[in-house]
Parts: sequence; structure tokens; C-alpha cells
Amino acid sequence: MLDTVVLFFALGFAARMAKSELKLPAPLYEALSIYLLLAIGLKGGAELAKQNVLTVLPQVGAVLLLGVFTALLAFALLRAGRIAHADAAAIAGHYGSVSVVTFAVASNTLVSQGIDFEAVMPLFLVLMEVPGIVAGILLARLLGPRDATAPVAWGPLLHEVFLGKGLVLLVGGLLIGWVAGSDGLAPMKPFFGDLFKGTLCLFLLEMGLVAAGQIGGLKRGGLFLAGFAIVMPLLGATMGTAFALMMGLSVGGTMLLATLAASASYIAAPAAMRIAIPEASPGLSITCALAITFPFNLLAGIPIYLWMARLAHSMAG
Amino acid sequence: MNTHPIKLVVLVCEAALEKPLCADVKRLGARGYTVVDARGAGRRGERDGSWDEDRSIRMEVLCDAPTADAILNHVQAAYFRNYAMTVYTADIGVLRPEKFGPG
Repeated sequence: MLDTVVLFFALGFAARMAKSELKLPAPLYEALSIYLLLAIGLKGGAELAKQNVLTVLPQVGAVLLLGVFTALLAFALLRAGRIAHADAAAIAGHYGSVSVVTFAVASNTLVSQGIDFEAVMPLFLVLMEVPGIVAGILLARLLGPRDATAPVAWGPLLHEVFLGKGLVLLVGGLLIGWVAGSDGLAPMKPFFGDLFKGTLCLFLLEMGLVAAGQIGGLKRGGLFLAGFAIVMPLLGATMGTAFALMMGLSVGGTMLLATLAASASYIAAPAAMRIAIPEASPGLSITCALAITFPFNLLAGIPIYLWMARLAHSMAG
Repeated sequence: MNTHPIKLVVLVCEAALEKPLCADVKRLGARGYTVVDARGAGRRGERDGSWDEDRSIRMEVLCDAPTADAILNHVQAAYFRNYAMTVYTADIGVLRPEKFGPG
């Protein structure tokens, strides 16, 4: 059931835990992430070109809402656990946003099991990056205690969120793929298609190293946060599954939307949150998202969400 | 060789602050700055640069004394409370002082 690519994550994780000196050079990690974002965008764009985009417009609204709801749910849980307001808002922002790599592994799992999913899923991935982050910032600023903290400078912040590396490459890839179509992308297929899985393996190796390096933060976060980082993805996935059923997605699409709702951002959100909610401890968010939720989703979450999607569809007839 | 006295302001801080700081020091009158990636440890723990959130920078600004004061006052008010940051100044000498003087 477990996809082979996950084993590379486990290798990186184990190596770091054993204090191996294995380290991927930072520029390689940068290059791999650029490749993954572009490849996901291109593939999604080419699929999208085959259908009428206007038909998905109502679904777009639902997906944006899902991003906001997951952030609100995370915030409510964290506040119930007496996490400080700013920390709760920042962590909620991370969970409202999504993890591209988790999405890549989930769609890879579907492909290797021969399960189809809707061509618009990469577009949903793009859409869900931002609303959760904005919701987190608003939760911190609108509901937060009024203190000496300066108001949010939305201009630079939105610039950071929308023109960050992730969205530019994903959206750019989607557009290029959409314009070029499958035929136009055919010459690039050996690079962006065939090499995808291998690249994902290398990237996950690095993610394993990084995630294990964050484990130390668990001591600061405490038991409640550790529990939250496992319960939250399950609740998010349940909400994602419900949304997918309402939107009429297939089993594959349902599983992917559940995965998106379950995943937490550790690239776009941390950078934005550090500037927008400076009083929140960045270590807490990143430990939850990267050291617990990400591995949990890879190892247990993705198979569970597939089971969940199948169950929901069989119950819904 | 005849050098002219000038202030060196060094800011070591989280990489997340690079963009705001660059804008700040220019606004406060510095003519330029130099930023390098850094690693280290301090009161807020080790920052080994292994992940975006763990990355640090060191920014150096050469400017006249009033500008240096303005930068110090600003970063103290804006960043000291919530960010990992170390700031120090030194009196140094440069050639071509007009390159660093008030714009």
C-alpha cells in the first residue's frame, strides 16, 4: 500500500536521527523544488486544456472556502487547548494552506494504483495555497489582543504570498501547460514527466533530513501540539471528503481534496507568517507541520484518505 | 593612506527580515548595504540554516553617525521584541567618503 517514494523520506529521517553527516546541498534542494512545482503545474495545465474551464467555476468557490474552514477549525482546536492567540493563529495559517509535496505523493499513489482523478486537482492545489494563510493573519489581527504590534502591511505581505516562488511556478506551469497542451509538452516529457518520480524521491530524502531535524522542537511544543498535529489532518481530511462529495468529485479527486485539506504548508506559510505575526513562535508551527503532520500524512494519512474516499463514495452510492 | 571616519552598522538576524531591512535602511538614509548568508547560535537557539525558518543573514551598512543612530533606533523598536537579532556598530575608516555620505 505504501508508495516506494515514501521509503526515501524514511531513509532521510533515519539518517538524520542517527546523526549521519548526510546533507543535500541547499542549491540542489532549491532546484528540486523548482522542478517539482513546474512539473506539477505543467501536467495539470495540459490536462486542464482538455476540458472547459468554466464548468469548474462553482468548485473554485468551494475550494477557497475549504481553505478558510480548515484554518478556522485548526484555530478553534488550538485555542481550546489554551495555545496562545498569536501561536494559534500562525499554526492555523499553516494548516489552512497546503503542502505541494504531500499532494505530489498522493497523486503519485493514485497513478500507481491506476485510480483516475479530475484534471482540475492541480488548480485546486494552487487555489488552496493562499486562503488559509490570509485567514490565519486575520485571526491574529482582528481577534488578537490589541498591543503595541504595528498593523499588518498588507501590500508587501500579499506580494510575498502571491509572488512567492511556489505560486509563481505552479501558476506559470499551469498556464504554459494549458497553452501548450499535451502535444506541445510532448518534447519535454522525458524531462518533466519521466524524471518526476526520481526527483520526488530525492526531494523526499531531503524532506526526511529536514523533518527529523525539527523533532527537537517537540519538547517545546508539548503533548497537546503533538496530538493536534495528528488529529488536525484527520479532521481536515474528513472536511475535505465532505466538500468533495458536495462538489461531485470522483474517488481519486475526493482523496486528493482530502489530502489537501489534511496537509499543512511549510514553505509558503512560514515565510508569510513570520512577517505577519512576528509575536508567534515560528518553531511551533514548523514542528507541527513538518516534523509530525507531513510524515503522518505520507506514512498513514494518504492510505487512510483513500480508504475514506472509497467509504464515502460507497455510502453515498 | 588617508581614510575618513564612518560608522559600520552590522545586523545579524533571521533571513525573513532581509526584505524589510533592506527597505528600512535605505529609507533611513543609507546609500547601500551588503547582505551575506550566515549560521550561528545565540539566545534564541541554534540557527543552522538547514531550513528557510532557520536561515540567518548578516547585513552590513556603512553610513554617517546620524543615519546609524536612526537605524539602531528603528530596529530596536521594530524587531528586537519578536525576532532573533544582534546589532553592533563600529567606527571604521573608508576611502571615498562621498560614496557613503547622506544622499
